[in-house]
Amino acid sequence: MSEQFTIGDRVRVRRAYPPGHVRAPYFTRGKTGVVTAIAGHYRNPEDLAYGRYDGEILPLYRVRFEQADLWAEYQGGPKDSTIVDVYENWLEPEKGGGR
Amino acid sequence: MSSPDEHVHEHDHDHDHDHDRTCQPDIEDSPYSHYQVMAQALGEVLIDKGIITADELREQIEVQDSRSPAEGAKLIARAWTDPEFKAQFMADVNAAAESMGVPAGDIPIRAVENTAEVHNVIVCTLCSCYPRGLLGVPPDWYKSRAYRSRTVREPRAILAEFGTELPDDFEVRVHDSTADLRYIVLPMRPDGTDGMDEASLEALVSRDCMIGVSLPRRPKA
Repeated sequence: MSEQFTIGDRVRVRRAYPPGHVRAPYFTRGKTGVVTAIAGHYRNPEDLAYGRYDGEILPLYRVRFEQADLWAEYQGGPKDSTIVDVYENWLEPEKGGGR
Repeated sequence: MSSPDEHVHEHDHDHDHDHDRTCQPDIEDSPYSHYQVMAQALGEVLIDKGIITADELREQIEVQDSRSPAEGAKLIARAWTDPEFKAQFMADVNAAAESMGVPAGDIPIRAVENTAEVHNVIVCTLCSCYPRGLLGVPPDWYKSRAYRSRTVREPRAILAEFGTELPDDFEVRVHDSTADLRYIVLPMRPDGTDGMDEASLEALVSRDCMIGVSLPRRPKA
């Protein structure tokens, strides 16, 4: 199964706010991070939540965000980060990222 | 000892005896939440329709309740003492657990390793995803809105409230397990444990250090 992104790519979580069951955490929307791992391929949980068990199978990525990029007022250490598991349908290439 | 007939009381009898009736309420006397009602109803419907049996439902609850952080601690102690096992554990926790006879379940679990520069902590901001096969039922605080929102926003403040203070030049790495994977922290083996056997090491591995809000216990001097 092919993936749109690979380890090291800079990606941005779509700035979208659809209704219903959504698995991209709100605090990541519109934020840029780096793919640190491809975590497998899974059915879109946003389909599964509504009983659609034959929906698309999506690559799942681990995306590392710098804390300072997530929170403008971040007070912790300069290297602190949050890694979030994000499905491919929520990611778009950041300038120079993607394939 | 005084018999009831003697009825020797130091206090007078004018006050009423409400305190005699304060007791722990039976489960049925606490209000049912919406989700408790829904869960109960779903279980009954699945059983009525013959999709699962009452015994299967009961057994699943029993299995869930039987898991405990002792399972995770066994794996951590083995990873501390056996480099080959550690490599397997870092690559595939479920397979490593299986090889020790610990059933970790079907949901893939990944280990994240603490080092002299990186401290890992686990949260699920969207719900309460947790490596139940290895740690059992999550503590209530893990499911709280405060832990879920503050761990990504101010992880060092959360760690400090759990008594864990880290130097600024450490990288605190928060793992938000919002999807199909679960995470467990492989803590650093504490200093002063060189001669200890696996069983003694297991006793140092607390639930909280595998979530990452704490560090392993120090060995008794």
